[in-house]
Amino acid sequence: MDLMEKKLELVELHKLEGHTDRVWNVSWNPVGTLPILASCSGDNTVRIWEQSSLSLTPGLASFGDEFECISTLEEHENEVKSVSWNAAGSYLATCSRDKSVWIWEVLGGGNEYDCAAVLIGHTQDAKMVQWHPTMDVLFSCSYDNTIKVWWSEDDDGDYQCVQTLDESNNGHSSTVWAISFNAAGDKMVTCSDDLTLKIWETDIAMMHSGEGYASCYISVQLVLICLEFAGLIFVHIQLTGQGINTSLGFLKIWFTRKVLLTPNDRDNIIASGAGDDAIRLFVDSNNDCKKTSP
Amino acid sequence: MTLGLINANPVVQAKKERLAHSITLDDKLNRIIITFTPTIQHCSMATIIGLCLRAKLKECLPLHYKVDIRVSPGSHADEDSVNKQLNDKERVVAALENPNLRQLVDECLCSNEI
Repeated sequence: MDLMEKKLELVELHKLEGHTDRVWNVSWNPVGTLPILASCSGDNTVRIWEQSSLSLTPGLASFGDEFECISTLEEHENEVKSVSWNAAGSYLATCSRDKSVWIWEVLGGGNEYDCAAVLIGHTQDAKMVQWHPTMDVLFSCSYDNTIKVWWSEDDDGDYQCVQTLDESNNGHSSTVWAISFNAAGDKMVTCSDDLTLKIWETDIAMMHSGEGYASCYISVQLVLICLEFAGLIFVHIQLTGQGINTSLGFLKIWFTRKVLLTPNDRDNIIASGAGDDAIRLFVDSNNDCKKTSP
Repeated sequence: MTLGLINANPVVQAKKERLAHSITLDDKLNRIIITFTPTIQHCSMATIIGLCLRAKLKECLPLHYKVDIRVSPGSHADEDSVNKQLNDKERVVAALENPNLRQLVDECLCSNEI
């Protein structure tokens, strides 16, 4: 069936009410028999929602079953901007305009959330957190222009900042808005108010030795509408109008000049949205990952 | 390069200070860049003035216009920091929702219309 011919419709299934200010980010727990959703808000809280299954067969929730808020995490002192579950669904990371990043441990089968770590280090608002797709390494990015890498060496929950990606290691020169990994976790892309996307190589071997986690790979300069960069082929789709908001939380377009990202887990395509109303898709024209000069 | 946005002029006159300003309008890209020059290097009102500009323009301009507001290069000691704050959409929204700041901005805008 040709997808373009089929008329697609979005139908609202549930409305989850509880937050008292705008909801900035939501994220599904990647595992679990019952769907669990985390949300964070300008009301300084994080809420965990679980679908209560009334069916007789445990573990088989249907789309119609109601969601209820099973936990509210109220520790942040300012708006919470982002939530991220680790791959095992056992940790939830949150970050806030209060400059801190928190890690919560999931206990009691998803009913209890205990603070496992409070990570201080950013000197300005933390905009987004993202766990590495396979390892329990946490990345956060901020208005302070840096990306920080947090890791617990001894697996005892004692997370430390093990690397800061700033201008001195080819990092961004303005607010870093978003982070995204490919499925394998060996590449990371970040975007920033400095109008660039940067693609980073995360060296897993180096991660284990504790020497450092990411080095800059390619810097893509975005000039509003048109884009040229040697070595990359791009497809440029321009959408005008009021801007488009999320499909499944992956794509966002803002009215400022910053660039945002989506997870690029299919075929190494990076999709980005920007304040010039355009969505751009990038692929690497060379399929082997050699370092090129920015 | 002052263009047809003359209606926006009153907001550029802040309460106590005269500001030199320039407005660049790019009609094709629907983009406006406004630069203003506070009269003193350490003007503490710089961010408030910028917020007033944003608040007023939000009322006057069609939604699809993108606005960059900056202080004139070299005109302020904290130029980079001020520019960054004024162009961070989330921060601007948060500032304009802060009751104290909102009141200040409203007073500035109101007094200019008299």
